[in-house]
Amino acid sequence: MQPFTLHHFNGEKPLSSLPLNKTSRFLAGGTNLIDLMKLQVETPQTLVSLAKWEKANSIIEDDNYYHIGAMVSNSDLAKFAHSQPRLSILAQALLSGATVQLRNRATTAGNLLQRTRCYYFYDTTKACNKREPGTGCSAFGSMNRIHAIFGTSEHCIATHPSDMAVAMIALDAQVNTQRANGNTRQIALRDLYHEPGDTPHIETQLDEDELITHVSIKKKPNGTQYYHKVRDRSSYAFALVSLAAGFKIDDGRVKDLTLAFGGVGTKPWHPHKAIGVLEGAEPTPDVISQAAEAELSSAKTYGSNDFKPELLRRTLTKVLLEIAEHQVKYPGHEGALYDNA
Amino acid sequence: MATLNLNGKDVSLPDDPRTTLLDFLHQHLSLFGTKKGCDHGQCGACTVIADGKRINACLVFAFQLEGAEVTTIEGISEGGNLHPLQHAFIERDAFQCGYCTSGQICSAVSLLREINNEDPSAVTYSQSRDGEAAMKEDISERMSGNLCRCGAYPNIVDAITDVIALERQ
Repeated sequence: MQPFTLHHFNGEKPLSSLPLNKTSRFLAGGTNLIDLMKLQVETPQTLVSLAKWEKANSIIEDDNYYHIGAMVSNSDLAKFAHSQPRLSILAQALLSGATVQLRNRATTAGNLLQRTRCYYFYDTTKACNKREPGTGCSAFGSMNRIHAIFGTSEHCIATHPSDMAVAMIALDAQVNTQRANGNTRQIALRDLYHEPGDTPHIETQLDEDELITHVSIKKKPNGTQYYHKVRDRSSYAFALVSLAAGFKIDDGRVKDLTLAFGGVGTKPWHPHKAIGVLEGAEPTPDVISQAAEAELSSAKTYGSNDFKPELLRRTLTKVLLEIAEHQVKYPGHEGALYDNA
Repeated sequence: MATLNLNGKDVSLPDDPRTTLLDFLHQHLSLFGTKKGCDHGQCGACTVIADGKRINACLVFAFQLEGAEVTTIEGISEGGNLHPLQHAFIERDAFQCGYCTSGQICSAVSLLREINNEDPSAVTYSQSRDGEAAMKEDISERMSGNLCRCGAYPNIVDAITDVIALERQ
């Protein structure tokens, strides 16, 4: 591992006192960054450890929002979300990801900013525009089973790996940040990530000196919720296709639909075309199929991942029909699909 | 001086911030019970317990745990008596080569606490049935961060099931 200079941020002294630039990285839990540093995919010259930033380790509620501190562990957030029926989808997504050991260290902000698990990004002997801009993309014409079908470009087809972010996209979470000059801002998570375009190494709209302080999620009913993750083994694997969905049935029609896709996009995917078809419609297999087709009209496949559109279509159908059935059986239900089952 | 508490004893943190907790245990403290398997958080052989929570020692710098209480396999037994899980692993023949065992046991010690605290798992949220089969499915999910190349999984789950049953008596 390359040597680095270590600094600490405890929330008391200003960010401006730290040498934040292109070669610095914030270190939260470290479960992704330390791994990448061992492999020399990441070679920061400065690390700013957030281990002593205790203020960022709590979840605060007000009348309208849940405010989740940047350093809240994935385990603690999962347990909290599990206790809140309207956040069930978030609990399900978190618990479907990684392992207990990793979730105990991984943080809310770190999870959002984790890097892709593209094989070629991790392998420093292979070309990768995300790791080393301008070198090419080894995923084209090679094994690309885990790669994206939405938001891709000729420069990068790497998938965003997070489950938590998929649920948070569905829940329309807001990311709150602070910059070295003291300015703060709020960014919709749906706008945080960039598609790769011709700059796949620039993944978010955050600046080098910008720190996520907390994530806010509006308190609103989300109906029956289901995070369904299709993967190669039943635990501790990244999604091939995942789906975060929640809605109510009102007079036989879909109401207040929250929906996002994982494992298929270069960023956690907000399927606004599919949502446009489904909201207010009767959730029949035909309508769901039309919704899938609308979204898939912009999908591209790359060989080994040719199966993903059909897998997404089938997953969407299964999940939405199961939620609809549950809502009909338990009108007004709020929480996990499996409640009252 | 910056320290962490290891198995009840304060130890000074290493000078080089690149030192992971796992390398710190091996290279500075000569504690080799915690194993290095993949060194990338994928196998769980290096599982230790920090402030009551199981973590991968390979994916944390020692300095990040300043002031923390860390328990390794060397600190699991009490007063020379094996932990009930250690007994159960022997009784149930829950290992073959034994390389993953210290990580499995540290992980399972935390699992007992998590179940007592009613921490949810991906299985507990999706099941409504009770009984031993459901419990075993839940244990398997909770232990998915610990790989065993010998494939002793059924016996590992049996050992943990025994201890949970013992605690509930």
